[in-house]
Formats: sequence, structure tokens, C-alpha cells
Amino acid sequence: MAKAILAVDCGSTTTKAILFSDEGGWHLVSRGEAPTTVEAPFDNVMLGLYNAVRELEELTGREMLKGDSFLIPSMNGKGVDLFLATSSAGGGLQMLVMGVVKTMTAESAHRAALGAGAIVVDCIALDDGREDFQRIQRIREIRPDIILLAGGTDGGTITHVVSLAEMLSAAEPRARLGNLPIPVIYAGNRDAREEVKRILGDKFSVIITENIRPRLEVENLAPAREAIHELFLQHVMRQAPGYNFLMEATTHPIMSTPNAVGLMVQLLAKELGGNVLAVDIGGATTDVFSVFSQTYNRTVSANLGMSYSICNVMVEATIPLIQRWLPFDVDPKEIKNALRNKMIRPTTIPQTLKDLYIEQAVAREALRLALEHHKSLARSLVGVQRERTVGDLFVQTTGGETLIDMSKVDMIIGSGGVLSHAPNRAQAALMMIDAFQPAGTTYLAVDSIFMMPHLGVLSSVLPDVAEEIFWRDCVVPLGSLIAPIGSIKEGEVAVSIEGKENLGEVRFGEVRVFPLKEEGEFIIKPHRALDLGEGKGKEVVRKLRGGLVGLIVDCRGRPLQIPSQEEKRKEWLRRTYQAFSLPLPGDTR
Amino acid sequence: MSQAYTPGLTITPYAKLKKIRKLPIKGEVLVGIGEWVKPESIVARAFLPGPAHIVKAGEILGVAGEDLEKHLLKKVGDKVEENEVIASSTSFFGLSKKFVRSPIMGTIENISPITGNITIREEPKPLLLPAYVEGEVVEILPNEGVVIETKGAFLQGIFGVGGERWGQLKVVVSSPAEPIREIKEELKGCVIVGGTIDGEMLRRAAEVGVKGVVVGGIFDEVLRDFLGYDIGVAITGQEDIPLTLIIMEGFGELPISQRAFNLFKRFDGFLASINGATQIRAGVMRPEIIIPHKEEMPAFEVKLMNQLLEGTRVRVIREPYFGLLGKVVALPPEPRILETGAKARVAEVLLDNGERVIVPRANLEIIVD
Repeated sequence: MAKAILAVDCGSTTTKAILFSDEGGWHLVSRGEAPTTVEAPFDNVMLGLYNAVRELEELTGREMLKGDSFLIPSMNGKGVDLFLATSSAGGGLQMLVMGVVKTMTAESAHRAALGAGAIVVDCIALDDGREDFQRIQRIREIRPDIILLAGGTDGGTITHVVSLAEMLSAAEPRARLGNLPIPVIYAGNRDAREEVKRILGDKFSVIITENIRPRLEVENLAPAREAIHELFLQHVMRQAPGYNFLMEATTHPIMSTPNAVGLMVQLLAKELGGNVLAVDIGGATTDVFSVFSQTYNRTVSANLGMSYSICNVMVEATIPLIQRWLPFDVDPKEIKNALRNKMIRPTTIPQTLKDLYIEQAVAREALRLALEHHKSLARSLVGVQRERTVGDLFVQTTGGETLIDMSKVDMIIGSGGVLSHAPNRAQAALMMIDAFQPAGTTYLAVDSIFMMPHLGVLSSVLPDVAEEIFWRDCVVPLGSLIAPIGSIKEGEVAVSIEGKENLGEVRFGEVRVFPLKEEGEFIIKPHRALDLGEGKGKEVVRKLRGGLVGLIVDCRGRPLQIPSQEEKRKEWLRRTYQAFSLPLPGDTR
Repeated sequence: MSQAYTPGLTITPYAKLKKIRKLPIKGEVLVGIGEWVKPESIVARAFLPGPAHIVKAGEILGVAGEDLEKHLLKKVGDKVEENEVIASSTSFFGLSKKFVRSPIMGTIENISPITGNITIREEPKPLLLPAYVEGEVVEILPNEGVVIETKGAFLQGIFGVGGERWGQLKVVVSSPAEPIREIKEELKGCVIVGGTIDGEMLRRAAEVGVKGVVVGGIFDEVLRDFLGYDIGVAITGQEDIPLTLIIMEGFGELPISQRAFNLFKRFDGFLASINGATQIRAGVMRPEIIIPHKEEMPAFEVKLMNQLLEGTRVRVIREPYFGLLGKVVALPPEPRILETGAKARVAEVLLDNGERVIVPRANLEIIVD
């Protein structure tokens, strides 16, 4: 039985090594980190990894390395029993996906690639609005690690998917890493397999899997995802600098970082028996994971991040939308220059409150945009004929609705520097509330030190151990949120709450935070025009968990009613900050 | 903490640099070891496969893919001229004729009996790789490129746009903070240096044919107007712009550092090779200015892990002291609580203006003297 586990995540910027140990229960011992060295001038992932592990050795006093070899298994307080790794270094796994119809096979291929932990560099479809020559030019420009080609239902016409193969052959893209032919996973109409192999066989390494969409109403993502995982290890990782050594050193297969986080999120949803939303906001990208009605989805917003791509958030969200989260006056030019300077010097940290709140305003917009992106991909199948009930007759839908319903999310867990390392935990809670606008009742938490990838890969070996550490050391409980849907006149009583003691009434337009550390049962009665998930005016009884922030009652409306008048908006924000006991610039502390 | 501060960018009067010049695909090396090359010398070349065009022949003729063969006038491997008829069909007893013409000059690569599409590829295009820097070829990378050694001044900027260019270095201001106010016609082909630059002068530089502009700081909106769009992600170097722009310090009204300015003054009139390409992440790539010269001096070694010590000269790279220079006077070992409420390791810095301030170590950049 393992007694000590070393888990390492090689991120695009830093490599994080974590030691877990069993001393009458599994727990986190410590964490070491060092800059990742997968790119020039080092070109060897192992250098950064050794640095991170050596820091961990210094912090724990436990020897884990002898020269460049890992001490496995543990003996006399030295070494470890398991050595696990995840990686997103060097830009992670970059994929091109292709399908015949944008909202059908191409979208299914997109979901399969994202679910397997990839960054999708482009999604080509015959109805994507581009001309053939533009698509060919685009494919030539990008340098994917793997290509996923889908299209057509089994037994249907093969013409369209074959034309995609011809396009790919004409484009002849080059691999990002190494000189081997690029792997093409073919997951389309089975009748076109031979033709696709004939067209692409000389130029690519063609792997055939089951059709991703064998019938219009069936999506079969698992075989394509499996093929992506296999190729990630066997093809992509072997080409990346230093990974050959890492693959030999680890006791179990390396996993892509988002794939590992996804495993952990799925485990969590299973344990809770509810809907879970998780977000990891990094320097370059923001990943969103969800399990809704037992369906797992993951998206990556490749250019929404807090350092490397912070200016892309500024461009996509626009300055007025960032500014709406600031409770003080600031010149838009000042914001722009500040964000540009953060982009070019990404390791700096805010020293003033004003600077911190500008970053947190950007984070709200990055999170909002990432969730919108996630909603657009985490949806039911488009174009599927469904049997309708009488009730459905009045709802004219043909599929394609998002699965993400923010009034039905049971838990939101935030991860990434801006959330995990917010100076005040209430700031993390408020960023997630403002950005995601969860409604009804929702439990909020953050990942303490970005441990989800490590626990994800561990869950593939020892799921019980991963879960034990997750609840003990990874999750930082912030508390529960009560937020009614709808809008009434400001100042009217929005909800009244009774628990062990009567918490009283909260008026529309207000946020109140009540101290609550443990779990408690509450009876919540909304205004007749407001809804807590059970219908307008319907009272709900909920068991709600507490946390470091407490019980948050947000009656600012869903959707959030942000005052349009400038002075009123700032006053509204100041009241919100004060409700969370958050300092404002200029306050005497 | 492994590294809680930003190592400064290299600014040195003398360094031995080895520039690897590599083709993106295999090709032919055109120079030999020991050869002295100029920036414009072509050191290697390759032939890129031409772009392919897909002609929907079956659709044009109104025939199924499997029936296309009998209408073809060309076969796979045949060369075709632009506008040449490659397939045709006749209907209504010869009254109606349809033609498929090649949109380009090239070679037929594929004729699909399934889709009825014909793929025609343009002729390969030569790709010529210039030396970019003046120097000596010291290594040949067979079929790939060369390594060129050059000796001279080397400066890194913080951010840039535009790719590799070269030209005579001209300092057009008299002090590091002075904005560029005038650009004369004779600066065509030059790399000009000034404190800051506004939108009008940047446009003027492009009109005159200036090859590169190096400044201390620039306002975000000036860059946006010049490019015609906002840069989202910090990967640059491929912009389609008439000159290369390098920012030495950051965004805002920031003068060029005295040390960099002194170097530019010293080598005023020398040939400079510049590249604005910037990539900010692990394996960070910063814009560069290389000024080859023959003055021998001890070579500067680029240190990857600088150390922050008492007495180290630093620049603050974030508000509220952004851009100010000073000297570290104390390094308290315990983390301190900042105004934000965050705990961070800090340094006490005596600024050049006499003020003694506390700054997170992460917000300091070491200035290597």
C-alpha cells in the first residue's frame, strides 16, 4: 500500500510538485514550484520538474531524488511509492477538428476534442462560411498535434466527408512538434473509411475509430476521446522536449492537465449527486468544466486569461464592461495601459487596492465570457427530432439548447491564481457570483492551491485517496449563496430567511452576508414575483453549507440589475463591497 | 519561492551572439563556414509546396464523381495553365457545352471519383532566408540553415511589433524622455530611436520609409491606431506593417532608460538588426536590437537566474511606483501584508528621488550594470 505520492503538473508557465502522505489518513504535505522549462532556451521539461521537486524536498525534508533518478518505492522515510504527472506545457494538446455540418458533426467533434483535454485551434465545417481556398490556407497555417475528422452518419452519403479529407490532403499541414506525420483520427461515416485512408494515408498517420455521430440523434464521443488520449501519450508527448524521460520516470501514464481536472470534477459530481460547475482561470486560458444531468462537458477559452492574454479579455469584453465592476473613478486610458503592462510583465502582482480591483474586474469578464462559451458548446444535439409532450407544443425548439442552467447548479468551484490567491476569500466569492450569476441556492468553493490536476491523475489510480484529499485539503469552502430569480422594485422585501435563528428579511437591491461555518437547514420565502427555483413566490427548504465567507443572500436580481447611471452604479458597488466587508480604496484600514 | 522577481532585460555594449537561422522546412544551405555575411545575404533557401485549389468539376459539369473521368481532358500529374480547360461536357445533342477551367497555373494532384473535385497545386514557391545579422558563419546545419556569430551591442525591449529588419541606427532626440517630433526624408531605411512617439509621428515614419522605431514607452491607443486593431494575446512579430516598432520600457509615458539611451548614442550611425517579435510565456521571447561592432571588450554573459541582493539596482515595474529606479536597501525575510491584503515577500527600495518604499519583490526588475 502506498504511503507517499508525488504528483507533478507541468503547466505552461510553472511546474507544481505536490507530496501527499498517509499518516493515519491521506493529506497534502507540501508543494514546490519552479518555472517550466519545456521551451527555449532549456528545451527540457525535466529541468523545471527537478527544480520543483528539489524545492519540495527542501520544504518537507524528504529525499525524493537521487541525482536525476526518482527514489521509488519509499523506504525509511525516503522516496515515494507513486509518481504521477499531468502536463499542459508547451501549449498543451492542440487539435484541429473537422466535420461536415457546423452544428452537428463538427460540433460533436469539437466536444470530443475538448472533453479529451485539447485546445481546439480551429473547427472546419463545410458550412462555416469560408471558401475552400480559405479553409485550405487556414489548415496550412496552423500546426496541430492531432486532427479529428468526422462527418456523416453511418450508411449515409460519403461525398461530404470525403471532400473534407481531400481538403486536408491539399492543405498538407505540418506537425507542431517533430517531423512525424500528423495523426488524423477518422471518426465519421464508416462507409467512407477506405476512401479516407486512400486519400490521407500517404501524408498522415490515419487512425480509424467508431463514428462520433453514427445516427443523427446519437452522439458517441468515447471512442474518439480514447484515441485522443492514446495519441497524446504515444505521439505528442514523445515529441515534446524531455517527455521521454518523464514518461519513463512516472509510475502511471501522464495525463493532459484539463483531462485530469475533468476526472476530478466528474468524481465530485458523482459524490454530490448534483450539478457541478468548475472553472480554472489561468494566465493564458480559462477552462470551464460542468456536469449537468450527469453529462460532462469541458471547454477551453484559449485566449481568456489573466496575464498572457489579459488584453484579449479587454478586447473581447471592452473597457466599459470591465469598468462597470469598479467602485471608483478611473480613466479608461489608465486601465488600458495597466492591462498592457500586466501583459508584458505577467509575474507582477497588484500592490494597491485600486490595481487589485482592476484585475478582479477583468477576471469577472473573463469568467463571464468563458461561461458563455461553455454554454454555447455544452448543449443538446442540434437537428434531432424529438418526441414531444403536450407541454412541449408551446415551446418551439429543435434541440441545441444549452445544458447549463444557472438556477440548477449545486456547486461552483473556482481555481486559478486570481480566485485561489485572492487576498480575501470574499473577493473570490464575489467574482464568481458577479460573473456567473448563479440563481436559487448554490454552494461556492475554491481550490486551495490548484491541486485539481494532481488529484485528477491520482483519481485514475486511487480514487478513494483522491477524494479524501480533495475534501480535506483541496476544497476551501466559501459558503452558500441564495439568489432569487427575477426583479422587483428596489427596497421591497425580496426574501425572508429562517434557520436555527431567524435571519430576517433581505430587500431587493441588497446583498447580505451572514456568518455560517457549518451546515444548517433554512426556510426561504421569496417575494411573490421572485423565484428560488421552485416557482415564483414558492417557499423552499434547503440544507445549506457554510464556509469562510458565510451565507450570502444576493437580492440584486437575476439577471443582475446594474444601475446604468454612473454615480448610482458606483454606490451600488460600494454597498456590495461593504456587505462582504471588503475594503475600498481610500478607506482607513 | 523559486523566483519572486523579474530578471531584467539584457542591455549590454558587447556580447558574442550566435544566431541560429533555420528554414521552416528542409532546403539548401547557400553559404560556407567562415563566410562573412551581411543582413541581406541569403544563407539558405527552400521550396514551399504551392497552395492547392479545389475545383468542383463534377458540380460545374453537372455529373456525378464516378462519371467525371470520361469528361476529363487532363490526368493526375499533368501541368495546366491558368484558364486552361481541364474537363468539358456536351449535352442537348451538342447544343450546350460546359467547361471546367483551371483557376491557376499548376499541376493536377488529385481527381476524386467520389466528390468529383479536382485538386490543382500551384508551383513550389522559393523561400529565401536572409542572414538578418552581419557576422561570420560558424556552423552549417545541413539542409536546415546556419549559425551566424556576431559581436556587438545587444539590447532587449519589453514589447514589439513587426518582424526582422535592419538599417542605420539614428538617435533623433537629445534626451531619453524627449518625444520624436520630426522625421526627415533622409531617415528612410533607418532605425530611429526616441523617448516616446505619438500617432502622427509613427505614421510619418512609415510614410518616409523608416525601417524601425525604438522608444521608451507608447500609449496603448497609439499602437492600436497604428495597427488598426487591438492586440489581444502577447504573440507578435507577424504583423503586416511597414516598420518594426520596439518598446523598451512599457505602455504609458515612459522615457527610455538612461543606460539604453547611452548605448544608442554611442553606436549612432552603426548598422542595427532589429526584431519586434514578442512572446510572453515560458520560454519568453523579447524584441531585440543587435548592433554589430568591432570594439573588443569582455563579453557579457546572459545570466538566467539573477539574484536580488541588498544594493541591487532595480526598477519598479508596477503601480504605484511604476517606472521608478532605485536601489534595494533591505530584504525582509518574512512576507509582509500589502494594501491589497495579500501577503508577499517584499524589498525595501530607496528610489532615486530619495523616497524609501516597500515593493513586492515580484514587482522589481533587476538592472544589470
